[in-house]
Amino acid sequence: MAGNLAAVLGTGQTKHVAKREDVSIAGLVREAADRALEDAGLTYADIDAVVIGKAPDMFEGVMMPELYLAEALGAIGKPLIRVHTAGSVGGSTAIVATHLVQAGVHERVLTVAFEKQSESNAMWALSIKIPFSQPLVAGAGGYFAPIIRGYIRKADAPLDTGFQVVLKDRLNALKNPYAHLHQPDISMEQIVSSPLLWDPIRYAETCPSSDGAAAMVIGSEQAADASSRPVAWIHGTAVRSEPTMGAGRDRVNPHAGRDCAKAVYAAAGITDPFREIDCAEIYVPFSWFEPMWLENLGFAEEGTGWKLVQDGVTALDGDLPINMSGGVLSSNPIGASGMLRFLEVANQVRGTAGEHQVDGARKALGHAYGGGSQFFAMWVVGKDKP
Amino acid sequence: MTAEPITGIVTPIRLDYTYTPGTAPSGFLRGMKEGRILGRRCPQCSKVYVPPRGSCPMCGVEFADEVEVADTGTLVTFAVVNVNFANRVIDLPYVSGEVRFDGSDTTSMVLVQGIPVDEVRMGMRVKAHWLPREEWDFTFANIDYVEPIDEPDADYDSYREFV
Repeated sequence: MAGNLAAVLGTGQTKHVAKREDVSIAGLVREAADRALEDAGLTYADIDAVVIGKAPDMFEGVMMPELYLAEALGAIGKPLIRVHTAGSVGGSTAIVATHLVQAGVHERVLTVAFEKQSESNAMWALSIKIPFSQPLVAGAGGYFAPIIRGYIRKADAPLDTGFQVVLKDRLNALKNPYAHLHQPDISMEQIVSSPLLWDPIRYAETCPSSDGAAAMVIGSEQAADASSRPVAWIHGTAVRSEPTMGAGRDRVNPHAGRDCAKAVYAAAGITDPFREIDCAEIYVPFSWFEPMWLENLGFAEEGTGWKLVQDGVTALDGDLPINMSGGVLSSNPIGASGMLRFLEVANQVRGTAGEHQVDGARKALGHAYGGGSQFFAMWVVGKDKP
Repeated sequence: MTAEPITGIVTPIRLDYTYTPGTAPSGFLRGMKEGRILGRRCPQCSKVYVPPRGSCPMCGVEFADEVEVADTGTLVTFAVVNVNFANRVIDLPYVSGEVRFDGSDTTSMVLVQGIPVDEVRMGMRVKAHWLPREEWDFTFANIDYVEPIDEPDADYDSYREFV
């Protein structure tokens, strides 16, 4: 366990939607931050520093938005730090905030992540022309589809595994008032008949484009003990990276992800993640990443993650519920998506998750990844003080 | 006066890059101009990178001399793309393939043509189809696409590590 104890004192998020035309980016992040402070029973005056994260600036076309967001986040006269690790940024942002508390530098840190996808075109930003490759990558789906095909071949997985994941997540989302996609009529037939965008990925198996923000207040042991609200104790954090194009790199089961999982379990004193973790929120932008990450995270042996999906183990009432909130497949404000995973598991162990609460959740894993599967960020939170 | 909010103003952004490739990638781009695929070998792990870097991303040591690899290879995995986007127009559907050129230890994303999309398969043997020589420039786009060649599919175990 690194440094002093730290805990999540409060969380807040916006209702994720395709277009928030009623607020600016500043208004969006302020809304999430206000809710996190209210949830923690605190005000901006109680905050010592602000740590903010979002995906690449090109996604909205606003350079260094943190500069203009300082006043909206109450950061005037305080440290304001921006974290930048592609899609994993929401997770690593929360971890940087945690480290500032664990290091004893600050008592209470506000951490915020957001994306307002409607203000620009992330797919364009992800489809740049460079002289060393053909301009073929049609967005993130074009990059990840061949990797998913590789997983299906390597694991010899039944082709409907991805459909099962989507059905579960979209049904879970109906229990989460903040989720972007609420599809009460979702059915297997609807998923199977949706267009094949990037074969083997169907439209229904992809995440939406969302406008949304997430925020948390991270506090010291003293601050947590003084709080009248339920807190989530941070048992361990880990961040890892690896080269995008290393020869022999396993893109299906990346080394950095396995290392990151090992490190976060070691920090949290976990030796058997499947038995000791009660539930997890993991970053699944395309359905097949659920079985892939189950293996990468050590919940299943290599090549068997799909069995947990097929057996209903990852359902809300299963032995290892995954993405109780509906996950990235139901809401994807990119920069905030990783923080939402961290935030949702904090709420699970605080017992404040609402209708998608897992009964008796005491220890939970939050996970985020980004880039070409080469950035990973994870934390384990618990109901009990470590 | 109405109180209708202004919900969006479109302000187009355009970016032109002046890219400085560095020594090793410059060799690759010069090779492209001559219709050759040039990589570099890591003196420590012996892996051949196409396109090359100045040093090995895994070992951190400086690469040795250039190595020419073949313009034939194996399709290790692929996506069938049914969706286009603003700045790219290719007839749909198209196959975006990950090709390991023979002699290379990395894969490149290349357009696959010359075969109906529903007949494309992992392990298929392919060859580069180059643009006409007079159009060659300092770019990988000189390889217009890859197309199947008359060889049996590669054994799965021979390319599994590249998937």
